[in-house]
Amino acid sequence: MSDTVLSIRELSVEIPTHTGIVKPVDGVSYDICAGEILGIVGESGAGKSMAGNAVIGLLSPPAHIAAGEIWLNGSRIDALEGEDMRRLRGKQIGMVFQDPLTSLNPLLSIGDQLTETMLTHLDISRGEADRRAIAALEEVGIPGAAERIDSYPHEFSGGMRQRVVIALALCAEPSLIIADEPTTALDVSVQAQIIALLKRLCRDRGTAVMLITHDMGVIAEAADRVGVMYAGRLVELGAVRDVLTAPQHPYTHGLMASTPLASQGKARLHQIEGAMPRLNKVPEGCPFHPRCAYARDKCRVAPGPKIADGRTACWFPLVAEKAS
Amino acid sequence: MLAYIIRRIVQSALVLLVVGLTAFSMFRFVGDPIDNMLGQERTAADIERLREQLGLDQSFPVQYFKFLQEAAQGNFGMSYRQGRPVAEILMERAPATLELAAVSGALAIIFGIAFGVFTAIRRNGFLANFIMSASLVGVSLPTFLIGILLIYIFSVELGWLPSFGRGDTVQIGGWSTGLLTATGLKALILPSITLGLYQMTLIMRLVRSEMLEVLRQDYIRFARARGLHDRAINFRHALKNTMVPVITVIGLQLGAIIAFAIITETVFQWPGVGLLFINAVQFVDIPVMAAYLMLISVMFVGINLIVDILYFFIDPRLRVDRAGGH
Ligand SMILES: Nc1ncnc2c1ncn2[C@@H]1O[C@H](COP(=O)(O)OP(=O)(O)OP(=O)(O)O)[C@@H](O)[C@H]1O
Ligand SMILES: [Mg+2]
Repeated sequence: MSDTVLSIRELSVEIPTHTGIVKPVDGVSYDICAGEILGIVGESGAGKSMAGNAVIGLLSPPAHIAAGEIWLNGSRIDALEGEDMRRLRGKQIGMVFQDPLTSLNPLLSIGDQLTETMLTHLDISRGEADRRAIAALEEVGIPGAAERIDSYPHEFSGGMRQRVVIALALCAEPSLIIADEPTTALDVSVQAQIIALLKRLCRDRGTAVMLITHDMGVIAEAADRVGVMYAGRLVELGAVRDVLTAPQHPYTHGLMASTPLASQGKARLHQIEGAMPRLNKVPEGCPFHPRCAYARDKCRVAPGPKIADGRTACWFPLVAEKAS
Repeated sequence: MLAYIIRRIVQSALVLLVVGLTAFSMFRFVGDPIDNMLGQERTAADIERLREQLGLDQSFPVQYFKFLQEAAQGNFGMSYRQGRPVAEILMERAPATLELAAVSGALAIIFGIAFGVFTAIRRNGFLANFIMSASLVGVSLPTFLIGILLIYIFSVELGWLPSFGRGDTVQIGGWSTGLLTATGLKALILPSITLGLYQMTLIMRLVRSEMLEVLRQDYIRFARARGLHDRAINFRHALKNTMVPVITVIGLQLGAIIAFAIITETVFQWPGVGLLFINAVQFVDIPVMAAYLMLISVMFVGINLIVDILYFFIDPRLRVDRAGGH
């Protein structure tokens, strides 16, 4: 597609440890188009954050990109370092973290944090930055933005702070937003508002969004497509409706069955047997095969087909009636 | 804010009262000044007369109350040894100590913060590791030894700097300053390094560890994710947050510098209040000792007050909550 904003190809992240190299991200490929929201789900430790951090160049050493390519708006960015990468952050890639209570500097007013971000990336005057800061706060739904511009983070509630964080991530108009569990730390009552806000702003501006979450409800609500990660690998990728209603990978199927949303009306939640392998003990073949009810001999030796060739990295995708 | 400051001032006054009481009562047990003041050929009548003259025959609370009353008016009585008003002697000696302490404190703060930030940012660099190891020397060597080492190297061996005294001073009003003459400045170098070194290493190590802690925080990560310049992240975001806990310690250390000046002043025969105090102790010159302790505690308390007020300007969370937050 011509308006592809982010394109990840066979991305692998490695961390050297005492017990050998672990691969929190292993051969992952996906694209995100302008205005599109791609949800990334998977259980804790699947490598969702690692993939996001790799894109924005914020992997904490010794984690590093070991293989693969990352393309942003047609240029390759995975090898960028130092100043070159810094210029991209904020300007072309915005990031929203999980906890709005700790994401804002407590000693600087939110106006200062907004203007410093804009003045770093945009060629505008101080006065113009001040004006845009107020507009940005208005846009994310902070009531009385003009008066609250000099307020400090502690004067806002959690939901309001996450709105400020979103304003900060968007203020230099990046073409990609990476939102790493933006609602996990929030009150249930404000989660939906924040997701709706993120969705509206990105639709309006045509910003591509990588929405990392545990929450299938958030995916169903906001995402256009969804990628499912398991033990560092992308196991299924497709339109939200297809993946949610007719999952093809047995892991996705288990994941759906274990969330309240998909199992509405069923007597009790299904639970996938076993646990995700530790990254230093990922089994041969398909990483899910020890827990998979449908595993065959091939699954134990061959790592699963490339997802680019289909929707899922499963040798024997579930068909609709089997998945019921 | 005003209410807060007033409350702190009242607290400070209470602290001073207690210090005064402690100092005053302590001195009653260090020895009898009469012994020193009268020669061998004293009569019982002489002793009695002097005792009465000095007010030493009165009860303890009365003596203390009188002491406070006079002290509040800046009158600390007569030095037993020099026979001059203590206030006058202190005024003469204070500039030497304050200049020494100010220069040492400035050195300690400037280099302490600079080295602390440097070693935190270049955590694994060779120079940073070298500074960290060298700082162990500053922490572990006693002050007098550092002073003697410096004298040995720079005065005895190299002959560059004087080993004692204050050099030439200039009188400005009632203040005698050594900062305006070449010999005065030269004389200041070794004592101020000696006095400030320990505080500098302490501040440096504290700044470093606080800064490393701050650099791990989410808001620093978020600042990086917004593409801010390293300079802005290190100095605007990280250093400011680092300073909140560091300021308290710096305040205490400045007080300590004035108190520790006793040792440095003795090593370098620096004519300040510390040396005065040591001489007063030898002579059981109670008014001088009491006045000295009061002066030191006034400074401690004053510095603490300034530190508390500084917090208000640095940390918005302490200011009155405008919106209520949560
Ligand atoms: N320094 C390290 N050494 C070894 N393994 C590490 C290290 N840092 C992270 N990992 C592993 O990397 C994996 C990927 O972590 P990541 O944060 O990407 O998971 P996630 O999918 O975002 O999980 P969560 O939902 O909990 O945020 C985890 O399994 C973690 O154990
Ligand atoms: Mg994560």
